[in-house]
Amino acid sequence: MPLDQSYLGREFPPTAPYEVGREKIREFADAIGDDNPVYRDQEAARALGYPDVIAPPTFAIVVSMRSSAQVVRDPGLGLDYSKVVHGEQRFSYERPIQAGDVLRVVSSVESIRAIAGNDMLTVKGEVRTVQGELVVTAVSTLVARGTAKSS
Amino acid sequence: MTVTFADVEVGASLPAQTFPIDRAALVRYAGASGDFNPIHWSEQTAIEVGLPNVIAHGMLTMATAVRVVTDWLGDPGGVLDYGVRFTRPVVVEFDKPTELQVSGTVRSLDEESATAVIDLTATVAGETVLAKARVTVRLAR
Repeated sequence: MPLDQSYLGREFPPTAPYEVGREKIREFADAIGDDNPVYRDQEAARALGYPDVIAPPTFAIVVSMRSSAQVVRDPGLGLDYSKVVHGEQRFSYERPIQAGDVLRVVSSVESIRAIAGNDMLTVKGEVRTVQGELVVTAVSTLVARGTAKSS
Repeated sequence: MTVTFADVEVGASLPAQTFPIDRAALVRYAGASGDFNPIHWSEQTAIEVGLPNVIAHGMLTMATAVRVVTDWLGDPGGVLDYGVRFTRPVVVEFDKPTELQVSGTVRSLDEESATAVIDLTATVAGETVLAKARVTVRLAR
């Protein structure tokens, strides 16, 4: 079943505020096997000019996923989530995410395509502090394998 | 030991690294990231959906690959832009870690902004798992 093209450009409501904790950053850094002290030690972070520990670059997905899930699981869009794989991912940073940030994400549908029998959906998520400062923009392309084949 | 703009030349290689990824790493990443898709921990589910076996989260591969840049750079906050295309699943067998090999090359430099664009190559058993893997970084002057 093709995806509903009327979703193109649609903006979704902001996610509930996500407070970035030091221990969550440490847990994420441990999970990716990265022992860089700037993710764990406030002194090391301050030595680089940050007010508190910063998060690894791809930590942004932990926050943005909460928003893109709203889009991909919207029943009206028609995406078969059981067949979805991650196709592409890009992050553009204004600054690193840091402990103490309280973040909300607004997602919008950037493109809807069918290529070689696969439905492809690109969602852009703007991650901002609750004060409105843009921190990172996450663009995710998801591919539903084989779902656009005519039966 | 921060890399400065003057230290960097177009075409230069960043120190390559090999990262082992095992099943325990996938479970840890699932917990830390909140991505509990069973194709990353259940062999039965993975095979049912047509995969050869459990596969690593694409985001774990992406997180791991950029370490070649952040370890070199010293300050991971210098990463300004990072994008990848996931071309091939990273299959992780039950009993042995999969080795992800990552290297990086300086593609271009911009004097005015003191930035560099790095191309990453990420392979498993000689096959590319990330395409268009590109990182823009800000360098110290």
